Amino acid sequence: MNPIIPLLILCLPLLGFLVLGLLGHKMSHKAAGWYGVLSMGTTMVLAYITAATYFFSNDAAFITEAGNRLQHIIFNQDWLQFTDSLIIRLGFLLDPISALLIVVITTISFCVHLYSLGYMEGEKGFQRYYAFLQLFSFSMLGLVVATNIFQMYIFWELVGASSYLLIGFYYTRPSAVSASKKAFIVTRFADLGFLIGILILSYVTGTFDFTDFTSVQDGSSYAVALNTPMGILARFQGATFMGCSLLTWALVLIFMGGMGKSAMLPLHIWLPDAMEGPTPVSALIHAATMVVAGVYLVARLFPLYLMEEAALMFITVVGAITAFYAAVVACTQIDIKRVLAFSTISQIAFMMVSLGVARPEFHESLGYMASMFHLFTHAMFKALLFLGAGALIHAVHSNDYTAMGGLRKYMPITHITFLIGCLAIAGIPPFSGFFSKDEILSACYQQSWIWGAWMSMVAGLTAFYMFRLYYLIFWWDEPDYGHHKPHDGPWVMSLPLVFLAAVSCVAGFIPFGTLVSWNGVPYHIHIDWMGVALPSIIIAVAAIALATVMYRKKNSLPEKFAKASCGLWTAAHNRFYWDEIYLFITHKIIFNGICRPIAWFDRHIIDGSMNGLAWLAQRLSITIRPLQSGSVQAYVYIYLFGALLLGAITTACVLL
Amino acid sequence: MEILYTIVALAIIIFSVLTVTTRKILRAATYLLFTLFGAAIIYFMMDYEFLGAVQIAVYAGGIVVLFVFAILLTTKPGHNSEKLESRRRGWGICAAVLTAGITGYALLSRCCSLLGAKPDMEFLTMNKLGEYMLSTDRGGYLLPFEAVSVLLLACIIGAVAVARKR
Amino acid sequence: MEINVLYYLLPSLVMFCCGIYGFLTRKNMIAMLISLELMLNAVDINFTVINRFIYPDGQEGMFFSLFAIAIAAAETAMAIAIIINLYRVNKNVDVRDANKLQG
Repeated sequence: MNPIIPLLILCLPLLGFLVLGLLGHKMSHKAAGWYGVLSMGTTMVLAYITAATYFFSNDAAFITEAGNRLQHIIFNQDWLQFTDSLIIRLGFLLDPISALLIVVITTISFCVHLYSLGYMEGEKGFQRYYAFLQLFSFSMLGLVVATNIFQMYIFWELVGASSYLLIGFYYTRPSAVSASKKAFIVTRFADLGFLIGILILSYVTGTFDFTDFTSVQDGSSYAVALNTPMGILARFQGATFMGCSLLTWALVLIFMGGMGKSAMLPLHIWLPDAMEGPTPVSALIHAATMVVAGVYLVARLFPLYLMEEAALMFITVVGAITAFYAAVVACTQIDIKRVLAFSTISQIAFMMVSLGVARPEFHESLGYMASMFHLFTHAMFKALLFLGAGALIHAVHSNDYTAMGGLRKYMPITHITFLIGCLAIAGIPPFSGFFSKDEILSACYQQSWIWGAWMSMVAGLTAFYMFRLYYLIFWWDEPDYGHHKPHDGPWVMSLPLVFLAAVSCVAGFIPFGTLVSWNGVPYHIHIDWMGVALPSIIIAVAAIALATVMYRKKNSLPEKFAKASCGLWTAAHNRFYWDEIYLFITHKIIFNGICRPIAWFDRHIIDGSMNGLAWLAQRLSITIRPLQSGSVQAYVYIYLFGALLLGAITTACVLL
Repeated sequence: MEILYTIVALAIIIFSVLTVTTRKILRAATYLLFTLFGAAIIYFMMDYEFLGAVQIAVYAGGIVVLFVFAILLTTKPGHNSEKLESRRRGWGICAAVLTAGITGYALLSRCCSLLGAKPDMEFLTMNKLGEYMLSTDRGGYLLPFEAVSVLLLACIIGAVAVARKR
Repeated sequence: MEINVLYYLLPSLVMFCCGIYGFLTRKNMIAMLISLELMLNAVDINFTVINRFIYPDGQEGMFFSLFAIAIAAAETAMAIAIIINLYRVNKNVDVRDANKLQG
């Protein structure tokens, strides 16, 4: 494949960032916005061409005779060479998941670019906003096409930085500033684990390349030859640290980076606050693309994780707990963006669980495929929901559902598309969420009925809170909107909604298994109607029915319900006090217990010794200053004394 | 020869002591002149006629006159410098005697083996001296000669620059 | 009486020590300069005498004295220029008043 197109996919957003960042202030809002949209649109078309070439061209570089998909490196440029073997490269790796991700990223990014033309109209710093969007798109694309784990880490940090910039876009609002700091610090903390994991892994194997880590020897099993890096790893499983093998540690630490980015418990606290950013940014970064980077990371290293069941188990447990936790919290939030944020956490946890339960023994790692499938569909319908929420906020000028209600009459396009999004996430056929969620539940049931039942329950909760939100926004009781009735946004805002809604309707019918699977062998999805699909539909419908009863018309049922829950509602409303726990740990324990003594040590011991030295030098200089008396004859006395001394010594030594 | 030497040596010793002990500064300059003459006579006795001539011309003719000018510019006529306090004089004598002791001891202990009458020397004609001055061979002094000429030029300019009224 | 090298070095030693005494005790800067000249001359005599008595084949000592005289002339000119400048500032030539460079 010609490397020009992949190169352009990376370069166009970067160029856009540079142009808009450096020259943006000279452009009008309209010019800057349309430049961003066109740049992203071109990137999207190029990404489609690349993905289509990869999936459908039947080129020998991409697919074998038997139909197995291959990893293909389009280019791989040496960037930093430390030693002969330790080289950091920048490249473009094309394989099923990276092809999938560039499509998702460019699509959502384009929609958001277009949507922002309407949403951000007249905002101060419009050009800056577009520059950051372009930077983010560039970093995210660089992340997914990384050929080695170090390139991924670099772009991982870039993504974090652009996320920081965009969350703090309204930098005059203190809440936005603290939210951006929180997001950056929490993900940085997680990235520390990621970095240590990378170092362990590359120290043991001596390579950074994904193709070395994840090349599967034969189609079905993950037995590895001992001379490959994976073989080396297998041998290193003997080395243990604190009761776990080195490989487990490396993988869990790498997953920790993913936990930070994907907002898994207990590092989830930044994501709800990240909603301080503009809503299209939430749609792009904090719903569709960046937060699934953790899932993508695990999927990328999946063959490695397969070698270590303990790490996969860890992922499953963390994902399952997070999914349930976030779903419960989402039922009680008032701010509609926060509901969606917790819903995002919950859905990403779904993907994590799906990866965690995937084993080659069960239907060729169905969970892997299901996770990627859900990543795709979730990106579409969650972006749709966020953009819909943005349209609502744009119309009502409030984030809280208490300021909304009965909006179905005023905003028909938003209403219909939002409903489609809700149906998709709730898992009602034929919308896309049903198919991907069904695959995930199948994968869970194959691992153990416990996970299956647990995740089915979370799916029911999902349907409940989404329709609670839906009814509270579009039905319930109509507040007094005054003279300015809310209305649908301009066409630039409606078009992405309609487009994403259309995708959410049909995406479920994509034969995903033939495109994406963990080892490239195509897999044919078949829906287990009786065992999994029907029960999950029944649960979803029941949850929707419950939500309809409770929230369709204004009544006192929700309040009674909240009172009857013995504090559970309040606890969930306060997100089970995670932020307070963090504050307690950081302020009370870390700041007071550790930082204070360190500060004291710094101020008194380190500074003190330096000040003492300075004081000593000063005293000394004051003491010896009178020697420089300015009296020539005093100097001569000293000089003469020295000269005579030297002369006497010489005489004594030479002549005696 | 012995008589001449005795006279010159006594003159040098007496006049140099007088130079530093007299309280009239103009007299000090005059005694210095006599001392310098004594030094010039020693050069003549060493058969370095040119050096002796330079000594008389430069020191007696140049430097001492310069001193006299400076003295006349800066001191009122007939003014005696105040008497030295004894502590200052004591320290000075101490330093001088100490120096004399150490150098004299070094001199005596070192030069005892080199005693002997004045050896013969090829007479240094003016011609030869000029050749030495302008030669670059071994024993030639072209570089210092040029360096001194540049130094003198710099000195003239510097003296003008420093002493100029501003 | 055979006049050997020590006979010539003795007056120059006395001259030198007189120079030191004068330099250390006089307050008038011109007097100090005169003492300096004494010391310089004593050294010149030493060079010449040792050259003549001990190394009669070369002329290094003589030339050294020659150049020293030239440089002494330059040095005196400079020194007197500085002294006169100081005299303009201080209205005297006392070395104790020329201590503006003290620490």
